Amino acid sequence: MISTFIQLNPLQLTFYSAALLAIVASLKVITGKNTVHALLYLVVSLLAVAVCFYLMGAPFAAGLEVIVYAGAILILFVFAIMMFGLGQDETLHAPNIDGSKVNKFNLWFGPFLLALLLLIELVYAINSGEVQAKLTSNTIDAKQVGMLLYGPYLLAVEIASFLLLAGLIGGYHFAKPEGVGLDRKKDLGEHG
Amino acid sequence: MLELLFKLLEITVIIALLIPIAAMLVWVERRMIGIWQDRLGPNRVGPFGILQSLADLLKILGKEDWIPPFSDRLVFTIAPVIGAVCVLMSFAVIPFSPSIGVSDLNIGLLFFLAMASLSVYSVVLAGWASNSKYALLGSMRAAAQTVSYEVFMGLSVMGVVLLTGSFNLREIVLAQESGWLIQTQFLGFIIFLIAGIAESHRLPFDLPEAETELTAGFHTEYSGLKFALFFLGEYLSVTLISAMSVVLFFGGWLMPEPFASWLPPLVWFILKILIFVMFFILLRTSLPRPRFDQLLSFGWKYMLPLALINLLVTAAFKLGGFYG
Repeated sequence: MISTFIQLNPLQLTFYSAALLAIVASLKVITGKNTVHALLYLVVSLLAVAVCFYLMGAPFAAGLEVIVYAGAILILFVFAIMMFGLGQDETLHAPNIDGSKVNKFNLWFGPFLLALLLLIELVYAINSGEVQAKLTSNTIDAKQVGMLLYGPYLLAVEIASFLLLAGLIGGYHFAKPEGVGLDRKKDLGEHG
Repeated sequence: MLELLFKLLEITVIIALLIPIAAMLVWVERRMIGIWQDRLGPNRVGPFGILQSLADLLKILGKEDWIPPFSDRLVFTIAPVIGAVCVLMSFAVIPFSPSIGVSDLNIGLLFFLAMASLSVYSVVLAGWASNSKYALLGSMRAAAQTVSYEVFMGLSVMGVVLLTGSFNLREIVLAQESGWLIQTQFLGFIIFLIAGIAESHRLPFDLPEAETELTAGFHTEYSGLKFALFFLGEYLSVTLISAMSVVLFFGGWLMPEPFASWLPPLVWFILKILIFVMFFILLRTSLPRPRFDQLLSFGWKYMLPLALINLLVTAAFKLGGFYG
């Protein structure tokens, strides 16, 4: 075990340490009690995954992972947590899960089953030779990703964008102050 | 192995030059503002007051590095570090001259955008960890402002990517040998500059730390070395935005022929950056601060459509073979 570890080249060593970091950080996300700390661990986990992507020959995906997930989506999460004034210690307000009110078994069995299925699929996929060959073959640059997105996967991209648009309109609708709409100018004037 | 050592040396030299330059900018700024406002500015320490930054540094090191008892100690401590590190990391992809530059990353431009978006954490976490109202208000403004302006910043540079066909900053500079991109991407440049000022929270976009309303915004509770890191990060990011503007739109170290032979490429690059830094300082002295809602609606109502139009027109011209 140790001898194989020493034989790894620096690149592989970086890859495995990033992967380990991602796993540890993800564990800290679900075990932590402080909401903001948990979110920060999630950021660390995403950054570690980005490093893995980069080392596997997908620099464009790595860049997007950092910009979109760590840089935009999680910032919004942190923003929301800050707005609600959550953070310090959430255990006091957490739903009662010590077994008296909620059936503990129901709580974890479903997610556990789903996660197990995913894990089996993942291990099977990684072990099959096809994926191994693809992982070690070549670098996927931005151009190739773009050609795929606007070629064979065009429909999927468009559907995803429709979904996001629907979300956007929904968000706008909910965020609108009540009663504002018909006479917008007058309402704004009243609010100052 | 020797190559690695050489690289490490190069990185060390670049950092060792960047940090004093950022510190010097504090003096340059105060002096220039003084001159433009018809007064002298700091001129006591050393010739022309040039050692003012050194005096400031000594003073700030001597101050008590206070962590408020009501704060989240860990996050409070890492927040300023994240800011300074993210800005310094961005310099890794800047090509300073034909031979100097830490990394020719193929996704250099994306790396710059990624670091810019990560540096928001520094401000947001500083405000949250301080556990004080002024700081929280400041960091909420910072989050809304930077997340919005990042969108336009990313869109504005896509015109450059379309024309040069690369995310690699060195290749982008080399593609400008026949003419700087400012000729075809003027709108993109203006949007990039405005978004850049917003990203580095300089006046007129310094609402996260607006003294008149929020005492000092997100860094209200900070003192000593941690405050110095925020300060350093701000001046470094002014330098970074200037450097990126030069690389993307003003041909990096390149100059048209009669001028190119006068000075080495690195000197031309630094001179161009200095012009931009001066412009940033001039903006600070001359523009009033907008209201926060005005800032956001300006971004989403004018900057976003403009950036999209710029991208569309550039793409159409490129497809039509207008650029040859």
